[in-house]
Amino acid sequence: MGENGKPKFAMYWAAGCGGCEIGVLDIQEALLDVADFFEIVFWPVAIDAKYKDVEAFEDGYIDLCLFNGSIRSDENRHMAQLLRAKSKILVAFGSCAHEGCIPGLGNQYGTEALMDYAYSLSPSTENPQGLRPQAVYEMPEGDLEIPTLLDVLTPLDAVVNVDYYVPGCPPQPPQILAVMTAIMQGAELPPPGSVIGAGVKTVCDECPRERKEKKIREFKRPGTAQPNPNECLLDQGFICLGPATRSGCDALCVKANAPCRGCYGAPPNVEDQGARMMSAIASVIDSSDPEEIERIIASLDDPLGTFYRFSLAKSSLRRLAR
Amino acid sequence: MSASADFEPTIIGFLCRWCSYTGADLAGTSRVKYPPNMIPLKVMCSGRVDPSLVLKALADGADGVLILGCHPGDCHYHEGNHKTMRRVPMLKSVLQQYGIDPARVRLEWVSASEGDRFAEVVHDFTEEIRALGPQKRVESVA
Amino acid sequence: MKRITIDPITRLEGHGKIEIFVGDDGQVVNTYFQIPELRGFEKFAQGRPVEELPRITTRICGVCPEAHHMAGAKACDAVYHVEPPPTGRKLRELLYSTFFVADHSVHFYVLAGPDFVCGPKAPVAERNVLGLIQKVGIDAGKRFFGMRRQAHEVIKLLGGKAIHQVTALPGGVSRGINEEERKQIEAVAEDFVDFGQFTLDVFEDVVLGNQGYVDLVTGSTFRHETYYVGLVDENNCPNFYDGQIRVVDQDGKETAKFHPSEYLEHIAEHVEPWTYLKYPYLKAVGWKGFVDGKDSGVYRSAPLARLNVADGMSTPKAQAAYERMYSVLGGRPCHQTLAYHWARVIEIQAAAERMLELARDPDITSDDFRTVPTATPTEGVGCVEAPRGLLIHHYKTDERGVVTDANLVVGTTNNYAPMTLSIKKAATDLISGLEEVDEGSLNMVEMAFRAYDPCFGCATHNLGDEGSLEINIRRRDGTLIHTARR
Ligand code: SF4
Ligand code: SF4
Ligand code: SF4
Ligand code: FES
Repeated sequence: MGENGKPKFAMYWAAGCGGCEIGVLDIQEALLDVADFFEIVFWPVAIDAKYKDVEAFEDGYIDLCLFNGSIRSDENRHMAQLLRAKSKILVAFGSCAHEGCIPGLGNQYGTEALMDYAYSLSPSTENPQGLRPQAVYEMPEGDLEIPTLLDVLTPLDAVVNVDYYVPGCPPQPPQILAVMTAIMQGAELPPPGSVIGAGVKTVCDECPRERKEKKIREFKRPGTAQPNPNECLLDQGFICLGPATRSGCDALCVKANAPCRGCYGAPPNVEDQGARMMSAIASVIDSSDPEEIERIIASLDDPLGTFYRFSLAKSSLRRLAR
Repeated sequence: MSASADFEPTIIGFLCRWCSYTGADLAGTSRVKYPPNMIPLKVMCSGRVDPSLVLKALADGADGVLILGCHPGDCHYHEGNHKTMRRVPMLKSVLQQYGIDPARVRLEWVSASEGDRFAEVVHDFTEEIRALGPQKRVESVA
Repeated sequence: MKRITIDPITRLEGHGKIEIFVGDDGQVVNTYFQIPELRGFEKFAQGRPVEELPRITTRICGVCPEAHHMAGAKACDAVYHVEPPPTGRKLRELLYSTFFVADHSVHFYVLAGPDFVCGPKAPVAERNVLGLIQKVGIDAGKRFFGMRRQAHEVIKLLGGKAIHQVTALPGGVSRGINEEERKQIEAVAEDFVDFGQFTLDVFEDVVLGNQGYVDLVTGSTFRHETYYVGLVDENNCPNFYDGQIRVVDQDGKETAKFHPSEYLEHIAEHVEPWTYLKYPYLKAVGWKGFVDGKDSGVYRSAPLARLNVADGMSTPKAQAAYERMYSVLGGRPCHQTLAYHWARVIEIQAAAERMLELARDPDITSDDFRTVPTATPTEGVGCVEAPRGLLIHHYKTDERGVVTDANLVVGTTNNYAPMTLSIKKAATDLISGLEEVDEGSLNMVEMAFRAYDPCFGCATHNLGDEGSLEINIRRRDGTLIHTARR
C-alpha cells in the first residue's frame, strides 16, 4: 500500500476489443467507490501513466491488476511478464485473457495465413509488391518499430502465472461489481488459480426454458430456422453451449432467443469446454447406427468453431501442430 | 506422408476392462505377437473415454489414440459404447477441421475372446500411425 | 534529427503510436501514425456458419459492436437473398439509433468536449469531463450519465447483451418487443431528443460563444480538401443503417453513387510495411500517398463526411442544425477537420429523432420480425455507417452457408489516411521551430486526430486528473534530449 494507505490498482488491455474495459465502466456509480478505495497507478484508457512508469515500480507494487485481452504479440507478452512481476494479484479478466476468446479461432489457420489474407488475398487490398508489416522498418527519417505477432494466440496463463480468472465476454457488470466489492470489503479470496466472478453451475441452470428428454436426429442452425422461445434450444436441435458453460451471465443470450456460445468458459471441474460439449451432444444424438450417426454429425457445420468458439486457444488442441 | 524408418509411434490405448482388456490378456497368454508401441490404459467402459482425455493424450506425447470397447449390444453398462460410437466421429470431425489427421484416433470393438483380433487391430493401427509420422507439437510460447 | 514518440495513444482500438521526426532546423520532417496489431478476423471467419459472423465480428471492437453486428446481419440477409420484414428491419435500426446517440455523446462529452469547452490549452487537470461539467453545469453531467445508463438498458433489451449483441439474424431478429417494452423505449427516445437539443445548445453557447475556438475551427491548420464518402437514403439524406454510398469531391460535386455491393469497384486498400492497418482510398483516383486534393484518392468518412455528401437531414431538428452549421461555416462541403465535432452533435439529434420515430412506429411491436431464409446462400455485402465511418462486411459462402471468404472494411480505417494527414499538418504548423514543445501544442496535435474519434475514442479518457501524453524528443540515434508531459 502507498503512503496514502490505499491499495494500488492497475488495469491493462492487451490483444482485446476494449469491451472488458467498458464492462468495468458499466458498473456505473460503483466505479467511483472503486476509484476512491484504490489508488489507480496504471490504466491506460483512464489515466495516462506510461509503460516506463510501470517498469519503475518495484516488484509487487501493484496490489490488484486486471489484465484483459489475449497474448497475440511480443509486446503483449512483454507487458504480461512485466505486470506479473509488479503485481501481487494478477487477474485474467474476461474471456480473451482467460481462454483466448474468439480471436483464438485464428489458431486454426496460423498467423501467416491471417497476414496473407489481410495483406494480399483480401479482394479490396492493392498490394502488388506483397508488402507485410515489419517489426523494424527503415525509413529515411529513422527506424519505425511495431510488435511482432506470435505464432499462436494464447490466454494469459500460457505466459505467466495467474492468480484468478474472471470469465465472460465481457464479464457482466453485476459479476464485476461482486468481485470488486468482495475485494474492497476484505473478504477472504478463494485459493489462487480459482475462477471468481461467476457461478458454480452451468448456463442451463440459469436458463428459464422448458427441457424435455433430448433426442437429436438433425442439427438446425439459427440462420435458417427460427427457434421456439420457450423450449430448450438443444431439445430443438440448435447447438447451445449451455451444458458446457459456467453459469454467471444470467443466461443472457438464451433469454434473447439466441443460443449460448460459451463465453463464460468451462464449468467447474471441466478442463476442456469443447470436449465437454462433444460429450454432451454425443449423449443426445438419437441413433446407434454408425452410418446414421455419420449423417447426423455431418449436419453439424463447423464443430470446431462451435464447441471451441471461446476456448480454442486454451484447449489441448493448442499444443498440437499441423 | 512418409515417416523415417526408425520412427516408433507412441500409442495410448484406452481398453475397456470388461472386454478388450481381457482380449489383450488373451493375446498375451496365447503369445500372439503384436507391436509394443501401445501403452494400454484400463477403463471401466469405453463410454468413460471423454474426448478431453484423447486430446490430452495427443497433446502430451501420443502419436495416436486407440479406443477399444465391447461390441455394440455387449456393453456392461448397456449404452456406454453407444455414446462412444457418437463421440469419436464428433471428435474426429473436430480434429480434421483443426488440421490434425483424424486417423490418429481409432475406435474398435474387441471382445474378451478376440485375442487375435486385438493383436491385428494394434498392429494395423501402429502401422498406420507409423506411416503418418510423429504428431508435431507447438513449442512453448512463454 | 529529433524524434517525438507518442505511445501509446490509448484512445484507439488496440493501441496506436505517433512518431514525429524533427530536423536539425527544428522543422517537422515527417510523421508516422502506426497501429501495432492485427487479430485476423477476416481469415478465421472462414469455415464459420455465416449467421455466426454478426456474433463473431462484434469482438473486433467492444466500443462499437453494434456496428459490426448490423453490418454482419445485413451481409447475411444479402447472402441468403432475404429481406427482413419491416418490423425486423425497424427493430435493428431502433437499436442502432440508440447506439448512435450514446456513442457520439460519449465522444462529445468525455473525449473531445473538454478541449473546446475548457479550451485546448487549459490546464490538464481541468481539461476533462469534470472540467467540462463544471463549465457547462452540473445538469449536463447528470444528463450525460443518465443518457448512458438508459442507452445501455435499451441496447440490452433489443440486442440481448449491452456489449456484443446477439439478436440480429439473416432475415430479421431473434425476437420482438411487446407494448410495455415499446413504451419504455419511447420514453427514453423522448428524453434523447431533449438531450440532443440540449447538446446542440451546449455546442452553440459554449463552443460558438468562444471566439478562440471558432478561429481554430475555421483556421487553416485543421483543414484538408479531400473527397467525402457516406451512406444516403433516396432523398440524399444521411442514413446510418442503410442506403447508397455517395461520393462527393472537394467542390461538393457528386462523383459516384453506388450500391454497397459494388464497393470493390470504388474502394481499395493500400498497404504500408510499418503498420498493421491498411489505408482505403478511391480506386478511380488512385493512391498518391499522404496528400489531399483532387488527384489523391484519400477520402474522409464519418460525421462531417456524412453531412458533406448529403443534401439535407431527414428529421426536422437535425435539418435546422445542419442548415445552421453550413451557414456559419460558409457552405457545403466543409473541409475543416474540427467541424467533425459539430457534425457529430447534429448526428446525435438525427439519431435521437429517428429513434423516436421508430419507437412510435405501429409496426414495431408486430410479431412478424423475421423472414426465415429459404434460398441457397451465395454472396453478399452488408454496409452501415459506424460512428467512425463506413463499415462494409462482404461474405461468400458455400451452398450450406459456411463462409469461404470474408472481407471487412472497418470504420476507423476509412479515416486512417486523413488522420495521418491531419497529424502531420498540425505537427508541422504547431511544433516546427518551437524551442520547447509545450503541453498545449501537443494537445492541439492530438486534437487533429481526436476529431475523427478514432476507435476507443470513447468512454474513459481523462477520468482522473493525471497528466496524459508523454512525448519524448530524441535525436536520430535515439538519445533522449527532452521529455514533455501534458
Ligand atoms: S473478452 Fe470479449 S469483451 Fe473482453 S476484450 Fe476479449 S473480446 Fe473484448
Ligand atoms: S441447452 Fe441452452 S436452451 Fe437448453 S437449457 Fe441449456 S442453456 Fe437453456
Ligand atoms: S449465454 Fe453463453 S454466450 Fe451468452 S453471455 Fe451467457 S455464457 Fe456468454
Ligand atoms: S463396458 Fe465395455 S464398452 Fe461399455
